[in-house]
Formats: sequence, C-alpha cells, structure tokens
Amino acid sequence: MALQVELVAADRKVWEGEASQVSARSTEGDLGVLPGHQPMLVVLAEGEVRINAGGWKSAVVDGGFMSVDHDRVTIVAETVDAAGMGS
Amino acid sequence: MGAQIREYRQRIRAVSSTKKITRAMELMAAARVVKAQEAVRESSPYARALTRAVSAVATFSTEDHPLTSEKTDVRRAAVVIMTSDRGLAGAYSSSVIKESERLVARLRDEGKEVVPYLLGRKAIGFYKFRHREIAAEWSGFSEKPSFEIAREVGERLVADFTTATDEGGIDEVHVVFSRFVSMVTQEPDVIRLLPLEVVEGEEKPSADELLPLYDFEPGAAQVLDALLPKYVNARLFNCMLQAAASELAARQRAMKSATDNAEELIKKYTRLANQARQAEITQEISEIVGGASALAESK
Repeated sequence: MALQVELVAADRKVWEGEASQVSARSTEGDLGVLPGHQPMLVVLAEGEVRINAGGWKSAVVDGGFMSVDHDRVTIVAETVDAAGMGS
Repeated sequence: MGAQIREYRQRIRAVSSTKKITRAMELMAAARVVKAQEAVRESSPYARALTRAVSAVATFSTEDHPLTSEKTDVRRAAVVIMTSDRGLAGAYSSSVIKESERLVARLRDEGKEVVPYLLGRKAIGFYKFRHREIAAEWSGFSEKPSFEIAREVGERLVADFTTATDEGGIDEVHVVFSRFVSMVTQEPDVIRLLPLEVVEGEEKPSADELLPLYDFEPGAAQVLDALLPKYVNARLFNCMLQAAASELAARQRAMKSATDNAEELIKKYTRLANQARQAEITQEISEIVGGASALAESK
C-alpha cells in the first residue's frame, strides 16, 4: 500500500505520484503521514514538505493545507518552490 | 504617370503595411490564446482541491464564517470589472463594461451604493473619463495574469468585506468578467464572489464514496479561516484567467477580420489602379492616332 500524493500550486500541478511517506509542518508542529492514516484536514505552516517516493523529495510551501483520505494525500499551497523535487 | 494611378498605388502600399501588422497581431494572439487556455486548465487542480476541502468542512461542521454569512442590510456593493489593458480586441472590453453598467444600474435601483474595483486600463479609462470615483485599480497584466495579482486583489476585497460598512467596508462583491466558452464564444458574465456560496465543484464525491470523516487540525474553525480566503483568491484567479483567454480570442478574431478587410481593399485598389492605367494608355493611343491622321491630312 502506498500513498497517492498530489502537490498542487495555484497555477499548476507540481507533482503527482506514489510515495511511502509524507511529512509536513502544520501550524501545530511537524506531522508525518504513512499509509492507512485516518482522514485529516490540516492547515500547513510555511515550511518544507518532504515526500518519500523512493528517495526523499522536498518542496517549500507558503502555508496552504493538506488533506488525507483513503491514502490519498493532497497538498495545496498558493506558491510552491519545487527546486528540491528533482525530476 | 497619372496622378490617379499614383494615388491608388500609395493607398495599396499603406493598406498592405497595415495588413502586415494586423496579420502579425492575429498570429501572436492565436499563439497566446493556446497558452492562456492551458493556464485555465492548469489552475483547475488547485481549484478542485480547494472546493473539495471547503465542502468537506462545510459538511462536517456547522461553523459560521463571516465570509459566508449573508449580511442583513446590504448598503455598499463592490463591483469588480475585469477588462483588457489594450484595445484592438473588437468589442471585448466594451461588452464587459456594458454588462457592468447594467449591473451597476440594477444595484442602484436596489438602493445600494456601488463601489468599483477596476482591473485593466480600459475600465480605468472609462471611469476616469467620466470622473467617477474608483475604490481601487490594477492594470498591466490582463493578457497574462499571475496568481500574485489575484491574491493582492483577493486580500483587498476580503479586508474591505470584513470592515464595518460605516468605515468604508463593503457588504457584497460582484465580479464582471468575460467567460471563455469556446474560441468563438466569450460571454460577459457576473458572479457574486462574496458572501461566498460554496459551489460543489465538478468533482462531487460519488454516492458510494462518502466524504470521509475528517479530523481537523488545529480545529474546524481555524481550517475554515485559512481556507476561505484562499478560495476567494482561487475563484478570482480563475476569472482572471478566463478573461485573459477571452481577450486573446477576441483579439485574434478582430485582427483576422481586419486582415481580411485589408485584403479586400488591396484587391479593390488594384482593380482601380489597373483601370486607371488602361484608361491612360487608351487615351495616349487615341492621341497618337489623332495626331498622325491630322499630320496626314495637312500634307
């Protein structure tokens, strides 16, 4: 079982794919998501989002939110700096 | 060469250089409209994700938010008008402005004070020429709006919306823009942006897959607080992108008909010039013939 991850900015879809783990910084603190996580809607703080898709990828978001349901993770932010996403 | 022919040839030269310009503008608009349509498409995953999240919160909490609650006494209504920065796009800007005038008249009839927020130089020019008051104006991006602008406009609107009416706040926000239906049809349209009505987006969860019971962190109210302004920005951004695509499509069409007209004119003037040349030759021949026979008779 893997997570279906979607990283979306206001003007484009930044990344989409399977991952085994996602970690992000919420307004309450750092947060990790593994497959089977319960449905959740989290407000993100400004900071790094890390996605483990056979090697860690990272992106910097300016806030936004993350929703998790049925192993589908959607990370939404107005601007995403995808410099660390690789290809 | 006769004066008439010279004049016709001058006209032909002038029209063909105009044609070159309109043709170039047509091609440019055609290339950009494809990009603009792509931008509309690329912004849709964001809008979809936001809509889904907002409806999730709305379904599972009875939170009331200032941005969604209808005000009982609406006195000041904001009208956001999205036009182009440049002309040469046929009736694009004027049809949006006409639509906005209708809306303004309707709001006035309902006894509301209208507060204009203008995007694009055409609308600003229209209001300045008539010495009307403008609440805020933005320009210089109509063909290629960036999200930063949408955020700026959105934040301003939300700030004014949450201000008390007596202190210069507004009670509702309408947006007039051109909806991009297809390459040949763009319609001026009005939406009410605030107070928000959360439209269940295209992606309604199917019947068997109920929206999951979400945990909200930090809490439903805070999540809604963070989401709704973003939702406003996203809707504004979508309107701006559609307006940009409409503008370019309208410009392409206008420039295409200008090019066609120029071709027609060139054809007409070429005929006239040929006729004038022929007439001159005929006249010269008859003069020569006449002169020769006069000489022959005098011998």
